[in-house]
Amino acid sequence: MKEPIISVKNLVAKYGEETILDNISVDIYPQEITVILGGSGCGKTTFIKNILKLYQPFSGSVKIFGKEVTSIDEQEFDDILSRIGMLFQNGALLNSLSIFDNVAIPLEQHTKLSKNVIEKMIKVKLDLVNLSHAINMVPSELSGGMKKRAALARAIALDPDILICDEPSSGLDPLTSASLDELILKLKDLLNMTIVIVTHELASIHRIADRIIFIDEGRLLFSGTLEDAKKTDIHEVRTFFEVGSF
Amino acid sequence: MEYRAQSLFLDGELTKHTVPALNIEFYKYIDNAITTIDLQEISKIDSAGIAFIDEILSQLELHPADSLSMNEMVRIAYATFTSAELSPIIAEKKIDIFTQLGSGFITFLKSVKDGTYLIADISYWSFVGIFNKKGQRKGSVIQQALFIGVDALGIIALLSMILGLILALQSAAQLRQFGANIFVADLMAVSMVTEMGPILTEIILAGRSGSSIASEIATMQVTEEIDALKMMAINPIRYIVVPKFHAITICIPLLVTASTLIGIFGGLIIAVTYLDLSATVFINRVFEILTLKDAVIGLGKSYFFAWVIVIIGSYYGFNVKGGAEGVGKVTTQAVVASIFWVIILDALNSLIFYFKI
Repeated sequence: MKEPIISVKNLVAKYGEETILDNISVDIYPQEITVILGGSGCGKTTFIKNILKLYQPFSGSVKIFGKEVTSIDEQEFDDILSRIGMLFQNGALLNSLSIFDNVAIPLEQHTKLSKNVIEKMIKVKLDLVNLSHAINMVPSELSGGMKKRAALARAIALDPDILICDEPSSGLDPLTSASLDELILKLKDLLNMTIVIVTHELASIHRIADRIIFIDEGRLLFSGTLEDAKKTDIHEVRTFFEVGSF
Repeated sequence: MEYRAQSLFLDGELTKHTVPALNIEFYKYIDNAITTIDLQEISKIDSAGIAFIDEILSQLELHPADSLSMNEMVRIAYATFTSAELSPIIAEKKIDIFTQLGSGFITFLKSVKDGTYLIADISYWSFVGIFNKKGQRKGSVIQQALFIGVDALGIIALLSMILGLILALQSAAQLRQFGANIFVADLMAVSMVTEMGPILTEIILAGRSGSSIASEIATMQVTEEIDALKMMAINPIRYIVVPKFHAITICIPLLVTASTLIGIFGGLIIAVTYLDLSATVFINRVFEILTLKDAVIGLGKSYFFAWVIVIIGSYYGFNVKGGAEGVGKVTTQAVVASIFWVIILDALNSLIFYFKI
C-alpha cells in the first residue's frame, strides 16, 4: 500500500456556529487522480481550502508530504505550497497583470531559472491550454473559460507535485473540457503529478478519476476507487452516478 | 554535464532544481563545436528541463531533429513541452507621440460626452425621483443621509473648531498690535460663512463620500452587479446615484451651517480668552457684519459643490476598467478630481460674486 501524499484526520470546519465539515478523515495517494464529489454547498471547496490553510481548520490533522501543516511554521508551509498548484473556481488571475506575467509569477518567485528558460516555459504552458494567442492580454479581455485555462497554465507553471483544481470544467465547452482532461492525464503520467479535482462533470469523472471522495452535508459518505463508487450501496453516491448518466 | 567528441552529455535529473546550475555550466562549453546533445542518461525531466534544452539548441543554432539523442521518457516529455515549434512572443507595438496625442484628445472628447450624459441622467432622475420613488430601494435616502451627514458630523465639527481657533489666533496677534481686537469677529464671520465653512465641509465630503461613491459603483461594475440591475430593468443611476444625490442635498446645508457656527465659536473662544472681548460684543458684531447675501452665497455654492462631488464620484465609478486595481485607481482619481473642481469652482464663484466680472 502506497503512503498517502495528503492525509486528513478528523477535520472539522466551522463558519461561526455552523459546522461545514464534520469529522472528515481521508487519504489522497500519490500519482493518482482523486475526484471530490458532492452537492452544491456540501463543503467541497471548504475542504480544499482547509487542507491548504486558506481557511484555518477548526480542529483535526492535515499532513501533506508527511508534514503536519496545522502546526508547521510559515516558511515550511511556503515550501510545501511551492510544490502545489491550485486552480481556483473563478481563476483568481491578477487583473492588473498580463497573462504572461500571471504565469510568470510562480516561476520568478520560486526558481532561479534564467529569463529565456522562464519565457519558453510560459509559452509551452500557454500552448498546452490553447492560449498562445492571449499571451499579452489582460484577464479582463478574456472570457470565463479562457481565464480558467490561463489560471490552469499558472497552476502547472512549476510542474507541481500536487495539482488541485476546483471545478476546472465549469464554463468550458465539451471539447475543451475533454482536451483539458487529456492534459490532466498527460501531466499525471509525464510528471508523476498527484491531482485532486472538485467537479460535477460525470463524463470527466469517468475519463480521469482513479479515486472518489464523496462529501454530503459536510460528512464523508464514500472514499474509494471509481469502480467501487459505481457499485456502492450508499444511496447518495449511487444516485449521483445514475442521475448523472442520463 | 560533460563534453566529448562534439557531444554534450547530460545525465541524472534535469528539473527546475538542477537547471540553474547547469545553465551556468553550459557557458563553459558554449564555444566548443557541439553538434549533438545526449540525453540518454537523463533519469528525470520536467518542463524547465525541456525549456533549458530548447535554450541550448537556440544558442547553438541546432535543430532538435538532427542534434538530440533521447531515451523514451525524455522523448515523450520533449514532444509535450518543447517550445521549438511555437511562434515567438511579439512585443506590443510602440505608439508614436502623434497617435498618443490624437487618442488622448479622442478620449477627452469621449469623457466630456459621457460626463454630459451622466449629468443629464442624474439631474433628470433626481428631479423625477422627488415625486416618484419607483426604482429606488426603500429607506435608501435615509441610509445615505446617515452615512453622508450624521457619520461625517463629528470629523467636520472637530476640524471646524480647530480651523476657527487657528484662524482667530493667527489674526488676533496682528489685530492686537493696532487695538483692532473687535475686527476678529468680522474676519471670523465673513471667512467662515462665505469660504472656510463650505470649503472645509466639501473637502471632507470629497474625501469621505466621493471616494465611497466611486468605489461602491466601481466595485458593482467589476462584479457585474450593475449589469444585473440592468437585466432586472432597474436604472442603475436611479437605484444607486439618486438616493445619494437626494441625501447629500438634504445634508449639505446642515453640515455647512454646523461647520460655520462651530468655526465662529472657535473664534469666540480666542476673542474672549486672548483678546479680552466679551462674548456679547463678539456675537453682536458677527450679526452686524453678516449680510443675507453672504449666507446665500455660502449655502448656494455648497449645494453646487456637493452635487459636483456626487457626479464626479459616479462618473469615475461607472467608467472603471479592470478589477481590484481599477477600483483603487478610480477611487483616487475621483477624490483628486472632486477636490480640484471644488477649489476651481470656488475660485470662479469668488470672481463672479465679489469682483463682479
